[in-house]
Amino acid sequence: MIRRAPRGLAEHAPILFPALMLVVFFVIPFSLMIAVSVFRRVPGGFYEPDLVFANYERFLTAFFGGVMSFSLGLAALVAVLSVGIAFPFTYRLVKLPRGAQIRWLVFLLSILSLSEVIIGFAWSTLLSRTAGITNLFVALGLMAEPQSLSPSFGALLAGLVYQAFPYTVLVLYPALARLDPYLEEAARTLGSSPLRAFFTVVVPGLRNTIVATTIMVFVFALGSYLLPQLLGRPQHWTLSVLITDQAIYQSNMPFAAAMAVFLVLVSLALVGLALLAGRREETA
Amino acid sequence: MLMRTLNSLAAGLIALVLAAPILVVAGVSVNEKKSLIFPPQGFSLAWYAEVFTDPGWRGALITSLVVATLSAALAVLIAFPLAWFLWRWRAPWARAFEVLGMTPFILPPVITALGFLSFWAAVGEYGSPWTVVVSHAVFFVTLPLVTLSLGFGAVDRSYVEAAATMGADDRTVLRTVVMPLVRPYVISGFAFAFVLSLNEYIVAYMVVGFTLETLPIKIFNALRYGYTPTMAAVTVLFVSLTALVFGLIAWFGDLPRLLGAWAKND
Repeated sequence: MIRRAPRGLAEHAPILFPALMLVVFFVIPFSLMIAVSVFRRVPGGFYEPDLVFANYERFLTAFFGGVMSFSLGLAALVAVLSVGIAFPFTYRLVKLPRGAQIRWLVFLLSILSLSEVIIGFAWSTLLSRTAGITNLFVALGLMAEPQSLSPSFGALLAGLVYQAFPYTVLVLYPALARLDPYLEEAARTLGSSPLRAFFTVVVPGLRNTIVATTIMVFVFALGSYLLPQLLGRPQHWTLSVLITDQAIYQSNMPFAAAMAVFLVLVSLALVGLALLAGRREETA
Repeated sequence: MLMRTLNSLAAGLIALVLAAPILVVAGVSVNEKKSLIFPPQGFSLAWYAEVFTDPGWRGALITSLVVATLSAALAVLIAFPLAWFLWRWRAPWARAFEVLGMTPFILPPVITALGFLSFWAAVGEYGSPWTVVVSHAVFFVTLPLVTLSLGFGAVDRSYVEAAATMGADDRTVLRTVVMPLVRPYVISGFAFAFVLSLNEYIVAYMVVGFTLETLPIKIFNALRYGYTPTMAAVTVLFVSLTALVFGLIAWFGDLPRLLGAWAKND
């Protein structure tokens, strides 16, 4: 089989269906959304074609600024916490015997693919007054009586880190699984403790991977749209929640689309940065 | 020695925290009375029975299973020819479609959801039940695309050379040599897309939220009227099903390799 450029219709035929599907059902909807963001809203829940930037001007309001900075700050906090816990964890994970590794991976994948609805429900039950963790504290004599810990900022943060942790591990997994074990062995042979070898050899060696992963988790956390509603208070609503709210409940598609375009730009810029950081490590 | 104990303790603690919400939900799902109390009072599987006997819950369960099966199948149908084409021919321009296939998965899901909402509304199909199948298939096409790219990449090209030398054309090579080698990757791609579609909320909600109730939509709608043990039972069933599917992938396929670790003999 010679791997050359395809010629003629027959050789191109296999790619027609996937290309058509992706263009019609992804490129066109995506472009349409960008178009809607400059359309004019008509009272009654509809919009008509136009070229206005009123939807973008609303970004300048203090309300939007507040939501935006809260979303970015929260996502950054979640990313740093998740990578901080997941990095040492994954480092140990790749050294486990294959069987144990696979059991962990199945467990992590199962949690990662859980619906946000289910994660939100499970955490609010865990933090509730009747079934929650505070009952355990009462039994241990740490608290006088059980109380509800949700909704609150802490509950939201716990839920988001819970959701992001398996994702972080799986993003870090390939890089750490391919890490040359001799590097650390060499450091150990030369007399450094395991902890010292970890911080002076492993962490600096994977600095770019850590940066790239943190950015990817940041984008992942930005996408959370149900946990802020289920575990947080209204002041903890993020941009993703606001977009859903405007699109569905306020029937303001143009404004929702404008915010979505903004979110796309932020996300794409960050993903580009992550790819750049990841690539530099590969060539190094 | 101390280090090892500390490590095991930390791993155990992480496992406990990850499992805790699920364990509490499993606990409250067997309450005898209609209340969410933990530790549970009494023991009853009535709430599990209700998932299958109550028409609302059963309908949502069936809807979710049908949508997930169809959309995962469509996702594989889109991903297979694309991955094969990229492997078979030297066509750098076609990589653009691969990137397109990866994008919806990386961006925040609300963006894709909003794109679909504007699209289906514009073509006048907003709310039609089949639109969620197409939307999920495009949204999750990334997963079979990634597993199939790995699968084709793992095919030893000398087998293909041998078959071609003996006179097999492309179609015969694909059917007799390539297909058996990539079948595990087709299955795992399907399974990944199936599980994620089963759990997906926002795209389904924006596309068919007012006409069709998938299980995550049903749970969310029910949450507004208060928490019941039935939801806990549904959650436990869902978590078990999800774990079962990934367990099967691990059993029949090479999970560490699928997730990007190199096999020992690479």
